[in-house]
Amino acid sequence: MATALMTTPIHTTDSPACDWVARLRAEGPEQQAAVTELHELLLGAARFEIGRRTAELHHLRGGDQEDLAQQAADDALMAVLRKLDDFRGESRFTTWAYKFALLEAAVAVRRRAWQGREVPLEDQAWARLADAGGGASRGAEDGELFAALREEIEGSLGPRQREVLVAVALNDVPIDVLAERLGSTRGALYKNLHDARRKLRQALAARGFGIGDEGEEER
Amino acid sequence: MKRDELLGRVLGPGAPELSCEQCFEQLDRYVELALAGEPADERVPGMRAHLDGCPACAEDFHSLRDLLAEQGD
Repeated sequence: MATALMTTPIHTTDSPACDWVARLRAEGPEQQAAVTELHELLLGAARFEIGRRTAELHHLRGGDQEDLAQQAADDALMAVLRKLDDFRGESRFTTWAYKFALLEAAVAVRRRAWQGREVPLEDQAWARLADAGGGASRGAEDGELFAALREEIEGSLGPRQREVLVAVALNDVPIDVLAERLGSTRGALYKNLHDARRKLRQALAARGFGIGDEGEEER
Repeated sequence: MKRDELLGRVLGPGAPELSCEQCFEQLDRYVELALAGEPADERVPGMRAHLDGCPACAEDFHSLRDLLAEQGD
């Protein structure tokens, strides 16, 4: 791990007197001090996230990782300030703020790790399904199940549903990376994935396969 | 990849679940409830199913939980 990521302990307390929202909404030196303090907290969280993902960033030098942490903290600070009105006090302010830094850092790491890599082809996904259904120790029913699954993926899903399902569920492409490549968002692609999964469960159930479904309703 | 894991990834949790946006909105509350030993899954319905179905949101959950845990919260 880069030594640059081993610094800056994260503050741990929200005292009642420390009214983050009021301080961040104040003007002048009080606000500036709060912003500086918040940025330091977010930077600590970003370093924490990047530090636990060093395996994904083995090609990056320590300085590059620190740059990534600084950028994630900057972006998270902007997001926190922009969404300050959304904070409802259902958790501590710092917990609420940390999630923005962790998200920015995680997305940055995933995208950096996939920089220059092609999204795998469908053939790789089909091989995975065939492998799961065709092992010598598998029963005939498993072979039929996975063959049916491939048929339904190819025949029942819309193009976008199929693209997202194959990439995310079968080929291990991070959803944030796929979203960036497709000019979409994590939420929108997950909706595609969710709809594809529901369609597949219904199709398999109609073909007599015992697929558990706990009463999911259409969203 | 094991059979059941692969099926789980392709077919998802098969239960009512939050969207990614709703998950992010509730994540801080859910993590604090979980760390406090409160019934987080009852208090935030649909969160567990979403974390089972969405690898990216599940990673966000683990990161926030581990960060707070490391701080001794």
